[in-house]
Amino acid sequence: MNEEISADNPYSRLVALKKLGVVQNFDTIRQFSVAVVGLGGIGSVAAEMLVRCGIGKLVLFDYDTVELANMNRLFYKPEQRGKTKVQAAKETLEAINPDVVVHGYHFDITLVRSYDHFVQVLKTGSLDDSSAVHLVLSCVDNYNARSTINMVCNELRLTWFESGVSEDALSGHIQFMIPGVFACYSCVPPLLVASGVDESTLKREGVCAASLPTTMGIIAGLLVQNSLKYLLGFGQVSNYIGYNAWTDYFSTMTVKPNDSCPDSNCLHWQKVYQMEQLKKQSSEECDETVHSNVEAPIVHEDNEWSIQVVDDGFENGEQSSHVMEDKQKVAEEEQVGESYNDVLSQESLETQQLVKQLRSMR
Amino acid sequence: MDDHTKNTVQKLPLLSIRAGPRDKDKWNERLQEELNALIRYVQVNKEQDNDWFYIDCDETGVLWNGKCWYYLENVRYEFELTFEIPVSYPTTPPELVLPELQGKTAKMYRGGKICQTVHFQPLWLRNVPRFGIAHCLALSLGPWLAAEVPEMVGRGVLTSFAR
Repeated sequence: MNEEISADNPYSRLVALKKLGVVQNFDTIRQFSVAVVGLGGIGSVAAEMLVRCGIGKLVLFDYDTVELANMNRLFYKPEQRGKTKVQAAKETLEAINPDVVVHGYHFDITLVRSYDHFVQVLKTGSLDDSSAVHLVLSCVDNYNARSTINMVCNELRLTWFESGVSEDALSGHIQFMIPGVFACYSCVPPLLVASGVDESTLKREGVCAASLPTTMGIIAGLLVQNSLKYLLGFGQVSNYIGYNAWTDYFSTMTVKPNDSCPDSNCLHWQKVYQMEQLKKQSSEECDETVHSNVEAPIVHEDNEWSIQVVDDGFENGEQSSHVMEDKQKVAEEEQVGESYNDVLSQESLETQQLVKQLRSMR
Repeated sequence: MDDHTKNTVQKLPLLSIRAGPRDKDKWNERLQEELNALIRYVQVNKEQDNDWFYIDCDETGVLWNGKCWYYLENVRYEFELTFEIPVSYPTTPPELVLPELQGKTAKMYRGGKICQTVHFQPLWLRNVPRFGIAHCLALSLGPWLAAEVPEMVGRGVLTSFAR
């Protein structure tokens, strides 16, 4: 990264971060590779931000083409209509910063036939193709694609951010996911945790959904801001940020993993993480002569305004209550279906015979 | 959900295997459960004189094709139906596609995927892995047709689909 402060150096204002002592190691950004899945209103803008920051490599995924209906959001231009989003984005991003390596993949990640390819690309996505991408940004607009990203990241133990904007265009969120450390997308649906906003109200492409460049720009900004903090190791990375545009309300919280998560890889990494923590703890115990497991309550010298810390119930209570609710519903549904289980067990026909039978019913 | 749909769905066997197309052996078990539920569903429909779709899959059980139809004022409107089992199945339901209806209604995503997010996805999520393709047809496509076909007929965009 060119360290000269001059009007002709595109990195001039970024290098200033270093010179001012804000981010000492900003130039290490050149070593990182980030995957952006979904190049819509959030993904394309996030990609542009990373490119302008001088990221080492971007790996882009999208199966869509540019349409005039995309013009209410940032990044794409009307003359790019009809091009694949991957192609259009690659051209724009490479023109903005030729130093960045941009790889684009035009396929639908939710299909069974593309899954192995998707895994392979992420696994070998680093700058020298020898290891995985450093971070995955989920900027997709539907539940299937989010679940697929969750599956892959839990399989490969990739760190990722989930992001989304609601179908009414006026709220959004980002969530930081480290397999085993924080809740994954299957542990508990993120929006349900946040505010009781139903997952089904998440925005997706189509005539059903509204969108605004403002909300999407804000969410893209929060997404990349936290990505930079994570990659470069400055500040504090938020586990969850919710944004409500009606009242300009921002909520942040930490969502712990669910020990009955249906994703077996998530459970595996939870155990690995617990082991790692125990190891760390025991080595710390060896180091310290006095050690207490119980955290002492913090008592401040004065408390002029009688400020109290009140449990908001989010960290444990709220999360588990949703899980409990779901489990209860599951139990209820199971009762409804019980009487039909014996019908199933009597049927032990081969799959092909069943297909034939179904065909014959036409 | 109307009572008729509810009664019908209660007659369908619930599935138990949590497996998707990548799970090889277990997927075959799941596929057998799917086919049994579908066969049962078609039987129930025929008994009630309410046959409204037929469906068939490829040898992997991933690609599905068929037709569905809806009667309105004694006219039968028939549509091609197709979908793929997603890699994240059964965590996420299949996205049902009526390719011929693309652009004819607002309740549809690109490529002719019917809009099932609001009324169906939350229900599916609460019923993984017990719901399968049969439940998806009953609880997603059925109500969608009942709501959208009359609206489209009213706008006169379905005349070429009348049988």
